[in-house]
Amino acid sequence: MAKVLVVTSGKGGVGKTTSTAALGAALAQSGQNVVVVDFDVGLRNLDLVMGAERRVVFDLVNVIQGDAKLSQALIRDKRVETLSILPASQTRDKDALTAEGVAAVMEELREKFDWVICDSPAGIERGAQLAMYHADVAVVVTNPEVSSVRDSDRIIGMLDSTTEKAKKGEKIDKHLILTRYDPARAARGEMLRTEDVLEILSIPLLGIVPESEEVLRASNVGAPVTISNPQSAPARAYFDAARRLQGEKLDVSVPTEKKGLFDWLFKRSVA
Amino acid sequence: MSFLANLFAKRNSAPVARDRLQILLAHERSAGEGHSDLLAKLHQEILEVIARHVAVDQDKVQVKLDRGSGCSLLEIDVEVPQLGSAKSRDADKRDA
Ligand SMILES: Nc1ncnc2c1ncn2[C@@H]1O[C@H](COP(=O)(O)OP(=O)(O)OP(=O)(O)O)[C@@H](O)[C@H]1O
Ligand SMILES: [Mg+2]
Repeated sequence: MAKVLVVTSGKGGVGKTTSTAALGAALAQSGQNVVVVDFDVGLRNLDLVMGAERRVVFDLVNVIQGDAKLSQALIRDKRVETLSILPASQTRDKDALTAEGVAAVMEELREKFDWVICDSPAGIERGAQLAMYHADVAVVVTNPEVSSVRDSDRIIGMLDSTTEKAKKGEKIDKHLILTRYDPARAARGEMLRTEDVLEILSIPLLGIVPESEEVLRASNVGAPVTISNPQSAPARAYFDAARRLQGEKLDVSVPTEKKGLFDWLFKRSVA
Repeated sequence: MSFLANLFAKRNSAPVARDRLQILLAHERSAGEGHSDLLAKLHQEILEVIARHVAVDQDKVQVKLDRGSGCSLLEIDVEVPQLGSAKSRDADKRDA
């Protein structure tokens, strides 16, 4: 059965698009059939992060408005066969996405793929609500910083009240990705600790992604970090997160670039 | 990745980013806010012309696009049923 997963956060710029690309690619690299869907209408960027920007012909809004078939708007990744992207449109029209239109597209995507991964826009407005509405699983992306944690709490509340599952009285499966995590600053006590964030938000931890220049490099070249550098610390965090999404039980640690002392210092289990 | 490979890769990703952005923004700016660009228009009109002559199954149309700096490539694959067979020639005559 297909799973619809929303990557959401409330706060902007915390790493939703980066996580959508990396998780989607990691799942596809393990053989799953995956589509990543950009819900950030007006400010699409997933195409750029995935390196598909030159190949966009149609987008989500074209499909919803009947100007294109879904199959025509889907772009197949050139590196990973089982990975596709459905771009957002650049229109400024806030009402370009209709609830019925999104529902129809989601239904069709469920038939074609194992995973439908929705990259939510920031905020708690209509766009974010439409992105989460059909989700079975939610990945809440949070930075270890007060305003991000507070906004994540808001979003968790919305996931439990405004989604289709919530309205049917079912529980939506929620996970936390703590990203842009700096082990050195955490060790010095300058950053919210993982334990504190987990205690406050009380949803299970899917992974800790360290702050890494590999993420910038990946977006420069237009590849999810799990493809651009699979050995890097952020890539390993996303690979593990993808395995946990598929039901594997793994201890959560903070992957580090350097082997040796650093590894030993920070590879502390936190879950 | 080794230290050297790391250095090398880092030095090379920013120019790649610049080139990608230049190509993309050139296309987006010429397309203008909310309007489809030339390639999208070409694609639409080509399909309209084909549809005038044969019944096109929208599910059998594949469009591929690769926007470049000097030139772009628009590839339209249309599955045309039984073109050139007796049947379709008859159909042509009827149309005429
Ligand atoms: N682990 C990381 N290490 C370093 N930089 C990161 C990391 N994760 C994300 N970033 C950077 O943070 C910035 C924001 O990331 P991203 O676009 O994924 O966030 P977003 O939540 O999708 O933003 P928006 O709310 O605007 O859609 C980008 O410049 C990205 O490269
Ligand atoms: Mg984003």
